[in-house]
Amino acid sequence: MLNKTENIAPTGPGQPAPDLGAQMERAGLSADNLVEMYTTMCKIRQFEQMADRLYAQGKVHGTMHLSAGQEAVAVGTWRAVRRDAYFLNHHRGHGHFIARGSDINLMMAEFLGKDSGYCRGRGGSMHIADIETNNLGANGIVGGGISLGVGVGLALKLQDQENLVVDIFGDGAANEGIFHESLNMAALWDLPILFICENNHYGMSMEVSRATAKLPIAQRAEGYGIPWKFIDGNDLMLVYETMQQAVAHIQSGKGPYFVEAETYRYFGHSKSDRNLYRTRDEIDEWKRRDPIVRIRHRMITAGILTEQAAEVIDQQALQLIESSVAFAESSPEPDPSTLLEYVYA
Amino acid sequence: MPEMTYAEAIRAALREEMQRDQRVFLFGEDIGRYGGAFGVTFGLLDEFGEKRVVETPISEAAIVGATTGAALAGMRPVAEMMFMDFILLGMEQLVNQAAKVRFMFGGKASVPMVIRMPAGSGTGAAAQHSQSLESILVHIPGIKVVAPSTPYDAKGLLISAIRDPNPVMFVEHKLLYKTKGEVPLEEYSIPIGVADVKRMGKDLTVVASSVMVPRSLVVAERLSKDGIEVEVIDPRSLRPLDSETIIQSVRKTGRLLVVHEACETGGWAGEVIARVASSPAFAYLDAPLRRLAGKDMPIPYNRNLERAAVPQEEDIEREIRAVVANVY
Repeated sequence: MLNKTENIAPTGPGQPAPDLGAQMERAGLSADNLVEMYTTMCKIRQFEQMADRLYAQGKVHGTMHLSAGQEAVAVGTWRAVRRDAYFLNHHRGHGHFIARGSDINLMMAEFLGKDSGYCRGRGGSMHIADIETNNLGANGIVGGGISLGVGVGLALKLQDQENLVVDIFGDGAANEGIFHESLNMAALWDLPILFICENNHYGMSMEVSRATAKLPIAQRAEGYGIPWKFIDGNDLMLVYETMQQAVAHIQSGKGPYFVEAETYRYFGHSKSDRNLYRTRDEIDEWKRRDPIVRIRHRMITAGILTEQAAEVIDQQALQLIESSVAFAESSPEPDPSTLLEYVYA
Repeated sequence: MPEMTYAEAIRAALREEMQRDQRVFLFGEDIGRYGGAFGVTFGLLDEFGEKRVVETPISEAAIVGATTGAALAGMRPVAEMMFMDFILLGMEQLVNQAAKVRFMFGGKASVPMVIRMPAGSGTGAAAQHSQSLESILVHIPGIKVVAPSTPYDAKGLLISAIRDPNPVMFVEHKLLYKTKGEVPLEEYSIPIGVADVKRMGKDLTVVASSVMVPRSLVVAERLSKDGIEVEVIDPRSLRPLDSETIIQSVRKTGRLLVVHEACETGGWAGEVIARVASSPAFAYLDAPLRRLAGKDMPIPYNRNLERAAVPQEEDIEREIRAVVANVY
């Protein structure tokens, strides 16, 4: 049993939502801010759905890991965190990149393996990165980026820089040894790191409660003296407010902070997934807790958004994604004569 | 030219680079007050303070990962694995992360990091503290592997390694730490990827690295009295490997023996032999291409067994005589 219930957010699914206006005022968000956040969530959803369609059309050479259903974690986080924060992403990372402001054309081009992509077609969906904006990339190894973030945090501390690290991983990564090594080091040296465990309930097909001896995962932070929260990651406002608190803690020099955001992915693990390990009912149940539907409903109720405006936003998001596909498809493939570029040893 | 030990030469390189570049810092287990398990970093904590000599928990995977992350964020970390054997705990971070990011991210990332690691047997440290794992590292694109055999080379190569924009594995040998050699006072560096001909000869080429270099040189002097002139080449850098110097030498001598402490099967001697065999030097061969390596076994504890597991002077001498006489 949990002994720190104050760390568990009270507004889980089924709980009455607090008044949106009061919440926005407390969080310092304007109606325009919220509409922008909503718009970003729609862009992510459209990007992921387009990726799935492109794959079905046989236009994608490699694999992909789609984050539809997890949009509130990405958007709530990146509204609260400065855009130039150093960033280590997991491999289901399209949403975080879009929420962070990455160029969708370059993302789509990388996804399609084009020379105009973020990594000139060398990385693909699993390794999108943009070093110039401190985006140190998605990682194909579960938990592989966690300790890189510790190194960045150490560098920031040694350089007396004010920036911070957003170090994101999934529920599966929490059972890797390096998770523990990294949390220990970060806490030991009070490093400016926001650890986010995006718990979408499955490590490939392994349900989190079958893989993790004690839940929530976030309470493991307690063992390292790191303050933590376990929240409903499909509640955009809650994610935003929690990340705001986390950032304030980190930027006041008190060291790392750990947030576990509970969410769900609608698509399979990757292109090979036939969804044999979960039921249609379960997926439908989570779709009733859809993060986009929830915030849209609240915004409309609060008079910030209309059904018509929401529809326009979604259509514009689709057009944006379609134009990124056009950009990517019209881009050249990498020239095989450049195969060995960036190979130094 | 003043003399110093191999360990002192490494320390001198660390000190000079830390003085020259504020981004350089040391990272690892027991490297502060203790000075590292072999005393290489002794005194540097007092000299540079805790922000430049960062002691870590016993967490090799995170040490390698954090070294990579710090390098990505603009620092120039020099990490220490207490024993080379422990790099195995950090191989995921080294091979999947540090070695890959530059290429995988389209050339935009740079990982200027060094990991120093003491290798080799001869100290009675047994199977888990005596390995020569450089052949495993040599197999990985994206990391450079350097293994100096003299104080002069150690200092010059470490300076180059620290200034390199890519990950460099710096393989030291425990038995070499106390060996002495001349090291100039003035600043110098040795480029990575350039072999050094340690002794000229016309009858046979020995390619050896690390502690096998001094052993081969002793044997070469002994054989010289019998009229056998051995050329000893130290590649110094195993990846990238200076094949050209080796191939030129074999063209001249017509005979090759590669000597390393790492286990024979899959060892880097096979790579050297393959490169020579597929080069124009093939036409000049007077004998089969040979290797003398550590036996395919864990390093034993007992002094005599330990000695017998890796090439010693008498083994090298026997092999050279066999190749020259064409009798195996």
